[in-house]
Amino acid sequence: MKILVCISHVPDTTSKINFKDDNSKFDSTGVQYVINPHDEFVLTRAMWFKEKQGASLTVVNVGDASSEPTLRKALAIGADDAIRVNAEPTDGFYVAKQLAEVIKNGGYDLVLAGRESLDYNGGMVPGMIASLIDYNFVNACIGIDVEENQVTATREIDGGKEVVSTELPLIIGGQKGLVEDKDLRIPNMRGIMMARKKPLQVVEPIDTNTTTASISFDKPEPRSACKMVDSDNLDELISLLHNEAKVI
Amino acid sequence: MSVLVFADNSEGKFKKNAFEVTSYGKKVAEMTQTNLVVLTINADNVSELANYGAEKILKVSNDQLKDFNAKAYADVVKQAAEKEGADIVIIDSSSNGSYFAPLVAVNLEAGYASNAVELPSSISPFVIKRKAFSSKAFNNTEIKTSNKVIGLSKNSFGLVENSVNTNEEDFTPTLSDDDFNVTFKSVEKATGKVSIADADIVVSGGRGLKSGENWGIIEELADVLGAATACSKPVSDLGWRPHSEHVGQTGKPVSSNLYIAIGISGAIQHLAGVNSSKVKVVINTDPEAPFFKAADYGIVGDAFDVVPRLTEKLKEFKANQ
Repeated sequence: MKILVCISHVPDTTSKINFKDDNSKFDSTGVQYVINPHDEFVLTRAMWFKEKQGASLTVVNVGDASSEPTLRKALAIGADDAIRVNAEPTDGFYVAKQLAEVIKNGGYDLVLAGRESLDYNGGMVPGMIASLIDYNFVNACIGIDVEENQVTATREIDGGKEVVSTELPLIIGGQKGLVEDKDLRIPNMRGIMMARKKPLQVVEPIDTNTTTASISFDKPEPRSACKMVDSDNLDELISLLHNEAKVI
Repeated sequence: MSVLVFADNSEGKFKKNAFEVTSYGKKVAEMTQTNLVVLTINADNVSELANYGAEKILKVSNDQLKDFNAKAYADVVKQAAEKEGADIVIIDSSSNGSYFAPLVAVNLEAGYASNAVELPSSISPFVIKRKAFSSKAFNNTEIKTSNKVIGLSKNSFGLVENSVNTNEEDFTPTLSDDDFNVTFKSVEKATGKVSIADADIVVSGGRGLKSGENWGIIEELADVLGAATACSKPVSDLGWRPHSEHVGQTGKPVSSNLYIAIGISGAIQHLAGVNSSKVKVVINTDPEAPFFKAADYGIVGDAFDVVPRLTEKLKEFKANQ
């Protein structure tokens, strides 16, 4: 089985989010970049397929050279090789088209991507890829087993979970549940050394259009100070929630 | 030209999401000076949609579509959009909506803005505000294509009553076997519990509760309020509560009307996930807990003392309503 894991290179979850150039661009000053957390869960699940079922494991990112340390980290965790599509990930459709091309050329059986990236939160790339290359697709995937060509997958739904069956080739938008936090792997020194020697292929993007454009960013309005209520005066809290906030 | 809204249902019944996207679609139709068409699949009774401005309703009745199927639903929406000449399609951000909306976008060669929180700020160019950076910011996105798909973030627009006369029409889409390559096997839903996605009120507990065995006070408070229960990441990592209750940046997003955080200090990842909730109440022993800075109402106190008393007070309050 040939597996491709799509990796987004995103600000660390503890980052303060700021913008520059008249709020038109994300300000990366002082921001640490990491493997998108959802992608880390799917990568760890992919490692299981590699180790237990002999799958090959390639990771891919659409981005400029600054995302290579993130790809190297994925190699240090255990991916066999990496591909970087040398392009600005301008919008979801553009990224999906680039990844669809990589998948077609590589003939991957199983493509694992995070449900969404924690920067733009588009949540659209996996579904768009599926539609572009006619792969089966399961979103918000929290469990997957593959036997030969047959797949059983579990997806999170509002208020529960649902089990579906399908076949390869398949793409999933995955998240925690595929593996747990405790299963995530921190690259060890040997992994890091080996990662330096693993192939990281840079390919040029195909010519394609974008469908959306980012115009500007806003930050949420600063909220008014928290009203403190004495713990012996819970009637006041109930009254505030009822009369002022009107939520109960 | 028209605006097409997909109004999802659960076992034939509409939920608030369906009325919210219909209300929103009506406003978008007014802004673009076109008509609103609402598409339903296997809904029992579509007349409720008329209260929110659904001038025309397309009704699909098809046993093959009994269980949600992303590809098949995307094909139905595409065919409905083409039939109605719709250039704007609006879908909710439920687990089903966000699953199949990207497929609709590709089907219609449309740009897709997910997690939209407001009406478009302009029609030409078509610019819409959406959540980004896990609700730590908003992105104003231009959709450049002639067809457009909008994913409306839950509870961002609300319901707008707008009674209209409705024209109902049966619609028979053409489905192919390929639409059903992902097949439904089984579903597991917590019965009798409000889901985080559907809840107007969420009561959430953190490490301050000290053990999973102490969750009774959270559940009792949630019961009185008809609320869903949730938890912080450490609580689900410790196994006190199931992962399905974990809210925050890598867990479920919460956009309820009221979020009550008990014994949760307010790590930045947690705050990001619950930022879209309208009103936040924090109960914590530590007056320096960062969550107080992001809250509307705060109580410094011990959960084991405050929460049971609050539950009792709320019972009295509800009884007198």
